[in-house]
Amino acid sequence: MNLHEYQSKALFAEYGIPVPRGTIAATPAEARRAAETLGGKLWVVKAQVHAGGRGKAGGVKLARSVAEVERHAQAMLGQRLVTHQSGAEGLPINKVYVETGSAIARELYLSLAIDRTAERVAIIASAAGGMDIEQVAHTTPEKILTTTVHPAAGLQDYQARKLGFGLGLGKQQRAELRDILRKLVKLLHDCDASLVEINPLIVTDDGAVVALDAKINVEDNALFRQPKLAALRDVAQEDDKERRAREHDLSYVSLDGNIACLVNGAGLAMATMDLIKLHGGEPANFLDVGGGATAERVEEAFNIILTNRQVKAILVNIFGGIVRCDLIAEGVIAAVKKADVRVPVVVRLEGTNVEKGRELLAQSGLAIVAAVGLTDAASKAVALAGAHQ
Amino acid sequence: MSILVGAQTKVICQGLTGRQGTFHTEQCLAYGTKVVAGVTPGRGGEHHLELPVFDTVAQARAATGATVSMIYVPAPYAADAILEAADAGIELVVCITEGVPVLDMVRVKAVLADTDCRLIGPNCPGIITPGACKIGIMPGAIHRPGRVGIVSRSGTLTYEAVSQTTLKGLGQSTCVGIGGDPVRGMNFVDCLMLFEADDRTDGIIMVGEIGGADEEAAAEFIAEYVSKPVVAYIAGVTAPPGKRMGHAGAIIAGGKGTAADKYAALERAGVRTVRSLADLGETMVKALG
Repeated sequence: MNLHEYQSKALFAEYGIPVPRGTIAATPAEARRAAETLGGKLWVVKAQVHAGGRGKAGGVKLARSVAEVERHAQAMLGQRLVTHQSGAEGLPINKVYVETGSAIARELYLSLAIDRTAERVAIIASAAGGMDIEQVAHTTPEKILTTTVHPAAGLQDYQARKLGFGLGLGKQQRAELRDILRKLVKLLHDCDASLVEINPLIVTDDGAVVALDAKINVEDNALFRQPKLAALRDVAQEDDKERRAREHDLSYVSLDGNIACLVNGAGLAMATMDLIKLHGGEPANFLDVGGGATAERVEEAFNIILTNRQVKAILVNIFGGIVRCDLIAEGVIAAVKKADVRVPVVVRLEGTNVEKGRELLAQSGLAIVAAVGLTDAASKAVALAGAHQ
Repeated sequence: MSILVGAQTKVICQGLTGRQGTFHTEQCLAYGTKVVAGVTPGRGGEHHLELPVFDTVAQARAATGATVSMIYVPAPYAADAILEAADAGIELVVCITEGVPVLDMVRVKAVLADTDCRLIGPNCPGIITPGACKIGIMPGAIHRPGRVGIVSRSGTLTYEAVSQTTLKGLGQSTCVGIGGDPVRGMNFVDCLMLFEADDRTDGIIMVGEIGGADEEAAAEFIAEYVSKPVVAYIAGVTAPPGKRMGHAGAIIAGGKGTAADKYAALERAGVRTVRSLADLGETMVKALG
């Protein structure tokens, strides 16, 4: 689950990590009042959306008067911001964060994440901050510094020192970096964050180290023990279908094709998409109904799929493990009837009682095509989607 | 032979009295697995499914001599359950539970590094030596004792590989579902090492997924140490780059992790790769001549 910048910075402030002063605003008038209260001569108006690349997309604006703050807020609020991470539809700007401007001497990059190979928390830093860090990592990997935190021993001073020297920081700034790193490691553990990213971490003209941006991702699996963070969820930033799926314990990701998939298991769901593509089709979604594949879940899955008007065929691919195929077939039949499905449905069942399951599908009197095997299922779905154009 | 588990393996179940634990332990017992006890704190002295229930893993192990624990406890308590099993001297822990927080697993792995305990999972279907011992949630009926060792990150994809090798008459020596979580117990390399050394295993099917660098590590290991034929499939060729807020994950992976990278690495190592999941069984038939 993603947090907004303003929520992440509030957490930073709680942990004593230096951030510029700022106030959240939902209307242009609020933005103006925020700027007046903050005082000073320079402000930054920042669109609060769950996507990086806001600056290039016009979601971060400098203002030299409170009137300009209000104008920027007016221009952003109620619009959708399209960045290279947001998808083509962009994300709604319902709030802007108004901050005091900073005098920037240097821009650095700093993040903490789980390194799955080291099986530890990793710290990643670079002197090339403020830029697309993936690009930096790709073209000049030597500019990326990393170190991992021992789960029992924690962050050691030498690790912070090494990063500080690597970033070319002076004595005072190295001490500040060490302090910030310790607090970030604590924050990551306390909050079950899977990612904490600061891009840029700046050195100001007077030598202070400050987090100018903040991104925190809280691990979904840990939300059960993070009720305060779970309450910060902003559903407006989430895809409707993906949110609805999550509420029913389904895993759904929208794609651009026209063949919808309904599969049990994440691996098989990906493999089904691959098969569709291999047979010349384009998948409309990734949808994992989970190991259970109960009638209720299958029905809700159909409902979600059918909200996508691009869908020309549906491929149901279920490997009935412990759940018998005849029960799954009954669930699919009930769901197709109830959800008023008007596109062809190809069903491939495998597992216990598969013959009985196929028989039920064939006798249902519905537009269900029973497929035998993976290849048959994929090629039938692709052919039917083509015919249904 | 087979790897890790066989007909004589004694198994306890942590979380036996819960809904999942009860259902799947019944299935394992019906398959013939020697499940000998359960552990549920506070329920010691009771019986469940006619098995004795103990308060602690240490008591269960002392009373039964079990060497393997199968875990179904809910995610918030799974890490603790794994570490309790390791502390009690359990040799192999199979954690089926899904949704275990990754920082819990970071802690678990750090502790396990100092023990001889092996972990499979979490978030996995488990391990089965067909006809002898089923530990987990896989459908027993699709398996046949045979020649192919299977290791997979995905539950249902393991079943596909099993089903195909059964239909082709090859059967399986042992199948290990290692789970798809970012930080987990045994990995491809651990299983490949055991399969290579196992007399009953003639060929190995490896089913991977996008993300991480474990398939690449497996490729390096295969090139160096594996003489048996390996057939591999990687799921996720068409998966789009995720909608992400940050970039740190991609940077750590250092450019590894896409299906194309994994296929390339495996092919360099002499692995027979398939682009369609449906071709796993047939390709193994050819590989074994």
